[in-house]
Amino acid sequence: MAASVPGVLAHFAHVDAAADAIRELKATGHKDLTVYCAAHNHELEAAVGDPISPVRLWTLFAGLTGCAAGFSLAIWMSSDWPLLVGGKPITAIPSFVVIGFELTILFGSLATVLGVIILSAMKSLKGRPYHPKFSDDHIGVFVPCRADQAAAVEQLLTGHGSVEVTRDA
Amino acid sequence: MAVIAHDPSRPTQTHGEVTRDVLATITSKPTKGYYILLGTMAFLTAVLLGTVTMLLKEGLGLAGYAPPIMWSVYITTFVFWVGIGHAGTLISAILFLFRSPWRTAVYRATEAMTVFAVMTAALFPIIHIGRQWIFYWLIPYPNARYLWPNFKSPLLWDVFAISTYLTVSSTFLMVGLVPDIAAVRDHVSGWRKKLYGALSLGWTGADSQWRHYSRAYLYLAALATPLVLSVHSVVSWDFAVSIVPGWHGTIFAPYFVAGAIYSGIGMVLTLMIPLRKVLKVEHMITDYHFDNLSKLTLFTGTILFYAYGMEYFVAWYSGSTFEQTTFWRRAFGPAWWAGWAMIICNAFVSQLLWFKKIRTNLTSLFIISIFINLGMWFERYVIVTSSLANDYVPYAWGQINPTWADWLVLLGSFGWFGLWFTLFYKNFPIVAIQEIKEMIPMPRRKASSHGGAH
Repeated sequence: MAASVPGVLAHFAHVDAAADAIRELKATGHKDLTVYCAAHNHELEAAVGDPISPVRLWTLFAGLTGCAAGFSLAIWMSSDWPLLVGGKPITAIPSFVVIGFELTILFGSLATVLGVIILSAMKSLKGRPYHPKFSDDHIGVFVPCRADQAAAVEQLLTGHGSVEVTRDA
Repeated sequence: MAVIAHDPSRPTQTHGEVTRDVLATITSKPTKGYYILLGTMAFLTAVLLGTVTMLLKEGLGLAGYAPPIMWSVYITTFVFWVGIGHAGTLISAILFLFRSPWRTAVYRATEAMTVFAVMTAALFPIIHIGRQWIFYWLIPYPNARYLWPNFKSPLLWDVFAISTYLTVSSTFLMVGLVPDIAAVRDHVSGWRKKLYGALSLGWTGADSQWRHYSRAYLYLAALATPLVLSVHSVVSWDFAVSIVPGWHGTIFAPYFVAGAIYSGIGMVLTLMIPLRKVLKVEHMITDYHFDNLSKLTLFTGTILFYAYGMEYFVAWYSGSTFEQTTFWRRAFGPAWWAGWAMIICNAFVSQLLWFKKIRTNLTSLFIISIFINLGMWFERYVIVTSSLANDYVPYAWGQINPTWADWLVLLGSFGWFGLWFTLFYKNFPIVAIQEIKEMIPMPRRKASSHGGAH
C-alpha cells in the first residue's frame, strides 16, 4: 500500500518478537510507532507503553451529566404545571430515579463511543501503510524514519525476526 | 444429533483459521435452505405488516379488544420480546465483566438477537395504542396546553428504559463489530469492500485504536450490566406499582429479570443449535458452550420455580381474598390451561437439565428450548390476563378471546425478528473474530511463562 509517511513497515508472525522489536525501537528513539494487530494484546500494549486511555473521563462526565439531566428534566417538567397525580408529591424523587438512571447509562454509553471516535482521530494514521494481513494473523510495526535511517531500522526489525520488511522512504 | 462431550473451553485454531472459518459464513454462496428461510421470514413479516395495516384501518376492535382486559396479547408479546432481549446483553456484558471465557463464541449471535428482539418488542406499544400515527406523544414534550408527560407513570419509565436499552445494546453490538467488519473488508472485493470499508469506520487495528477501544468496550459493558437488570425491573413495575391483585408484588423485579434471562437463553438455544450446523462452525461454538448455556438455563429456571411458589405462598399468607382468588383462578379458573402450561414448561421442564444425559444432548436441549419459549409467552399471558379478568369488582369481570388478528400479529412478530436475524448472520461475522483471537495464545518464537491467552 502506498504511503506518504516515509518509513519502514515490518510484518511479524510472533508476538514476543514484535514486542522485543518495539521495545528496542523505542529505546533507540523511535517513539512514533504504529503497531497493528488483529486482536487486543496486552504484551504489545505493554511494549508500546501508552498511558491508559482518557476515554474513561468521557464516560464519567457524560454519565454524571445524564444523571443530572434525568432528575432535572423530571423535576422541571413536573413543576412546570403542577398536577397532583395519585396523591404523590409533585417532585417525587423515587419515581424519578428510573429516568435519572436510564439517562446516566444512555449519556455515558454514547459519550464513550464518541470519545473513542474523537480520541482515535486525534492521532492521524493517514499516509501510514497498512496490510490486510494485519487483520488476519500478522502483527505490523511501522516505523516512520528518514531515508538515511531506514537501513538501520530494517536491520533491527529483521534481527528481531520480522518475516517481511518493506521500505516506504 | 451428536451427544455432547465435555470439551475444554479454549478453541485451538490459529488466528488465520479463525478468520477463514468465520469469513466463510459470509463469503460462501447462500444455500437453497437459506433462501427458503429468508422467504418464510419475509412472508411472515408481510403478514405482520398486513395485519397491522388492517388494525390501523379498522381499529382495535378487530383485535378482540374488550374490557376488562383490552390489550392482552400485545402487551404479553411486548414483555415476551423484551425478555428475549436480555440474554444477549447478559452474555456479552455481564459475563465479559466476570471474564467468562465461554461467552466469546456465542455472544455475537446473542447480542444481535437482543437488538432484533427489542426492535420487535418496540412495535407492540405502538400497535396497541390504537392511534398509532401519534405514537410520538410518548416522547416527553409538552402538548398544546404545555402539559408534560407524567414522570410518575411506569409507562413513561418504559419509554426511557426500552429506548435506552435499544440504543445501548445496538451501540454495544456495533462497537464490537467494528474490528470484525474491518477483517471482512480486508478479505472481500468489489462493492462489498466498499460497503464493509464504510462500516469499518477506518479501523486498522493500530495500537492507538486498540488503546481507546479496549477501554471503551470495558466501560460499555460496565454500563450495560446494570441496564440489563434495570430494564426488565422497569417492565415489571408496569405491573407491580399498580394495586391489581396478582401484580402488586415486591418479588416482581427479580422474578421478571430471572424470567427474561431464562427466556432469552431459551431463544439462544433455539437459534444456535441449528445455526452452528448450518454455518459449519461446530468447532467454534462447541458442545461446551451449550453445556454452559444449559446450566445457566437451569439456574434461572430454578429461580423462576422458586418465584412461582413464592407468588402462591404470598397470596395465601397475605390473607387477602382478592389475591387468593386470583391465584386460585390461575390454576383452576377458565384459563387454567395457560396457567399450567406456564408452570409445566418453565418450572418443571427446565429441571430436567439437572440430568447430565439430558443436558448433554443437543436434541433434548433443542426441545427443552422450545418449551421454554412457549412457557415464557404463557407466563406473560397469565400475568396480564388473569389479574385483569377478575379485578376487585365482580360486575366488571370478563374473559379475553384473542382473535385471528392477535394471533397473526404474534406470528408475524416471529417473522420480523427472524428476518433481521437471518439477514444478519449471513452478512456479518456471527462469531466474534477478534475476541476468539484474543483467547488464542499468539505464536511465540521462544518459550515463555507469559504464553497464555489474554
